[in-house]
Amino acid sequence: MRLELDDDHRMLRDNLRRFAEEEIEPRAAHHDRTREFPYENVKKCAELGLMGMMVDEAHGGAGMDALAYVIGIEEISRVDASLGVVLSVNNSLYSHPINTFGTEAQKKEYLTPFARGEKIGAYCLTEANAGSDAGSLRTTATQKGDTWILNGAKVFVTNGIAADACIVYAKTDPAAPSSKGISAFIVERAFPGYSLGKPETKMGITSSGSVEVVLEECEVPAKNLLGTRDQGFKIALHTLDGGRIGIAAQALGIAQGALDKAVTYAKQRVQFGKPIAEHQSIQWMLADMATDVDAARLLAYRAAHAKETKERYTLEASMAKLFASEAANRVAYKAVQIFGGYGYIAEYPVERYFRDARITEIYEGTSEIQRMVIASNILKG
Amino acid sequence: MDFDLSEDLRILKASVREFAAAEIAPVAASLERESRFPREILKKLAGLGILGMIIPEEYGGAGFGAISSAIVLEEIAAACASTAVTVSVHNTACAGPIARFGTGAQKKKYLPPMARGDFLGGFALTEPSAGSDAAAIRTRAVRKGDRYVLNGTKSWITNVHEGGVYVLMASTDPARGSRGITAFLVEPSFPGFRFGKDEDKMGLRASLTGEISLTDCEVPAGNVLAEEGMGLRIALATLDSGRIGIAAQAIGIARAAFEAALSHARKREAFGGPLSRLQAIQNKLADMALQIDAARLLTQRAAWLAESGAKNFTREASEAKLYSTEMGNRVCYEALQIFGGYGYSKEYPVERLVRDVRVTTLYEGTSEIQRLVIARQLVGAA
Repeated sequence: MRLELDDDHRMLRDNLRRFAEEEIEPRAAHHDRTREFPYENVKKCAELGLMGMMVDEAHGGAGMDALAYVIGIEEISRVDASLGVVLSVNNSLYSHPINTFGTEAQKKEYLTPFARGEKIGAYCLTEANAGSDAGSLRTTATQKGDTWILNGAKVFVTNGIAADACIVYAKTDPAAPSSKGISAFIVERAFPGYSLGKPETKMGITSSGSVEVVLEECEVPAKNLLGTRDQGFKIALHTLDGGRIGIAAQALGIAQGALDKAVTYAKQRVQFGKPIAEHQSIQWMLADMATDVDAARLLAYRAAHAKETKERYTLEASMAKLFASEAANRVAYKAVQIFGGYGYIAEYPVERYFRDARITEIYEGTSEIQRMVIASNILKG
Repeated sequence: MDFDLSEDLRILKASVREFAAAEIAPVAASLERESRFPREILKKLAGLGILGMIIPEEYGGAGFGAISSAIVLEEIAAACASTAVTVSVHNTACAGPIARFGTGAQKKKYLPPMARGDFLGGFALTEPSAGSDAAAIRTRAVRKGDRYVLNGTKSWITNVHEGGVYVLMASTDPARGSRGITAFLVEPSFPGFRFGKDEDKMGLRASLTGEISLTDCEVPAGNVLAEEGMGLRIALATLDSGRIGIAAQAIGIARAAFEAALSHARKREAFGGPLSRLQAIQNKLADMALQIDAARLLTQRAAWLAESGAKNFTREASEAKLYSTEMGNRVCYEALQIFGGYGYSKEYPVERLVRDVRVTTLYEGTSEIQRLVIARQLVGAA
C-alpha cells in the first residue's frame, strides 16, 4: 500500500499544472464562448505526449501508465474541461481500442499519427435512439467483396468536427439479438459516403466539436475491421472501462478547479466586515467540497491502479466515474453559491465549470448505467 | 500509488474477521439488549494482542501502525460497534498519548498492563459545558507540593468503571486559556476520584459511558503527561488518530448493514422475484457499496499518512471521519429501508446498527467541528 504519488507522478502533475495554467487557461473562456475547436491547444498538448499518453513509444505515444493518464486529464480539465474531453476521447476511446485490438498495420496507419496528435480521433457508438441501450444501435455494415458498406447516423460524436478518423460500431449481423452481431470499424473522414451533420449546441464543454456523423453507403475497406467480426460490443465495453477512468479524471479536474477558484474568492471577498472564508457557512461548503474532491481522486487513482494490475477493472472504473461526476456537480454548484451573483456570470470561471460538470454524469454511461454496472458486480459476487 | 493491502495486512484482516464472526457477532445483539459489557470478548482480544495493538512491542504491545489498527477496528465494528469503541478509546485515546508523550516510568507503569488487558484506558476531555468547545473546560488542577489537586466533572467518558487510567485534561492556568490546559494520568484509586452516573444511550449500549467527578482529587506530580500547558496539543494529536479509529468504526457498522441488506435483497421475494432484481433496490445497493469504498479510501489514506510519519494529517483525518460517519448513517438508513418493516424490528441487526452508527457523527469531534477543521486547513487560520 502506498497512498501518495511517487516523485515521478508528482513531478508530472506539477509540470502539467504549470503548463495548463500558463498555456491553456488564458484561452479557456474564449473557446467556451466561441465554441471553436481548440486545434492550437491540441498541438501544444501533443508536444507533451498528452494525445497518446498510454500508447507505447514505438507507436508515437508517451508510454505512460493509467495513473499518469488520470493526472493528465485532471490537470487539463482543471482549467478547460472541453479540452479535457478532447484528449480523453482521443486517448481512451480512439487510441486505446486500436492499441489493444488493432493489427500492426492498423496501428501504423491509425494509431501513430493520432497518438502524436498530428491527427485527431473520435468514437461513434451512440445513435439518436441508442444511448444507454447502446446494444440497440441500427447502423448497418454489409460486406461487398473486400469492402464494407456502412449506413446509419451517429450522434453526439465528440471531436467529430475535427476527426480524421473514428471508430464506428455497426451491426454486421442484423438477425442477431441486441448487442450481438456488432462490429467495430476504423472509418476515415475521407471515405466516400462519410459526412458531418450539424454541430450540437451544448450547455457546456462547448468547444469539444460534438457533431452528427452520417454514413451513407460509406465504403470501408475490409482491412479496417477492428478486432474480429461481431466482436464489436466486447470492444465497446472494454473501451468504456478505460473511458470511464478518463471521464472520472475530467470530472475530478472540474471539481478541483471549482474548489480552487472558490477558496481564492472566499479569501478575497469581504462581507459583514470580514472575508467570507471566515464565515462558518462558507467554511462548511468548502469542507464538503474538499472531502468530495479527495474521495473522487482516491477512487480515480484506485481505478487506474486496478487497470494496471487487474484483468478486470469494470467495478473500480464505474465507481470512480459515478462518484467523481456526481461530486463535480455538487462541487461546481457550491462554487457558484460561494461566488454569489458573480458565479452566475461568464466573467468568472465557475459559471463555465458548473455547465461543464453537468455532462460528466451523462456521457460514457449515465449515472444510472454506472449504478446498474456496480449493482450487477455486487450481486454477481 | 498502490491500493493493495500487503500480504501481512490481508492475513490480519482475514483472521480478525474470522474471530469477530465466530466470537463477537453471535453475542452482539444480546450484549446490547442487556447493556452487558463484553468482558469475555475483551479478554480474548487481549489474548490476540488487540488490546495492545498500538502499544510498542517493548511494552508488551503489538506495535501496529494506523493502517493495521483501522483494519482491526473495522472488522470488530462490523460485528459489534460497542466492542469497537471500547477497543478504539483504550488504544488510540489512552495508550496512544501515553506511548507518544509519556516518560519511561509512565510507559512502564501503564502500558504493559493495558496491553495484557488487566485494565482499560480512557480519555477524559469533555465536560457538561465543554463539548465541541473543548478549550472551555472548567476542571481545575492546582499544584500543592509534589501533587496536584483536581476539581471538576468529566462527562461522556468511554470505559468508565473498567478503566485503570484516564488521560484527563484540566486547567493549570485558566488565565492562559487553551494554553493553560494540562494532561494528567489519573487513576480511579486516587483519593477524591469518583464515577458518577452512567448514560442511558440510544446505541452502543454494551459500551460503558458515564461521568467522572473529581473532588480535591490528588494526582502525583509525576503523573503529568508531557508538561504543563501541553494538554490541548496532546488532545488534538490524539484526536487525529482517534478520528481515524472512529472512521473505521463507522465503516465497519456500514459494512455490516450493507451485507445484511444485500443478503436480504437476494432472499426476499416481491413482485414475482427477489428484491435484488428491482432497479430501485439495485441503485441503493450500488450507492451503499460505492460510499463504503470511498470512505475506506479516505480512511486508509489518513492512516497511511499517519503511519508513514507525515507531520500533518489533520485535514485527511477529519475528511475520513466526516465522510465515513455521515456515510455510515446514510448506509444504515438505506439498509433499514431495504429491510422494510423487518428493519424496524429488533429481530434483525439493522435496527441496532442504525442506533449504533448515530453517535459516530457526534463523538471525537462532531461533523460540524470536522468541517471547521477541514476549512481551516484549506483557507488558513480563520
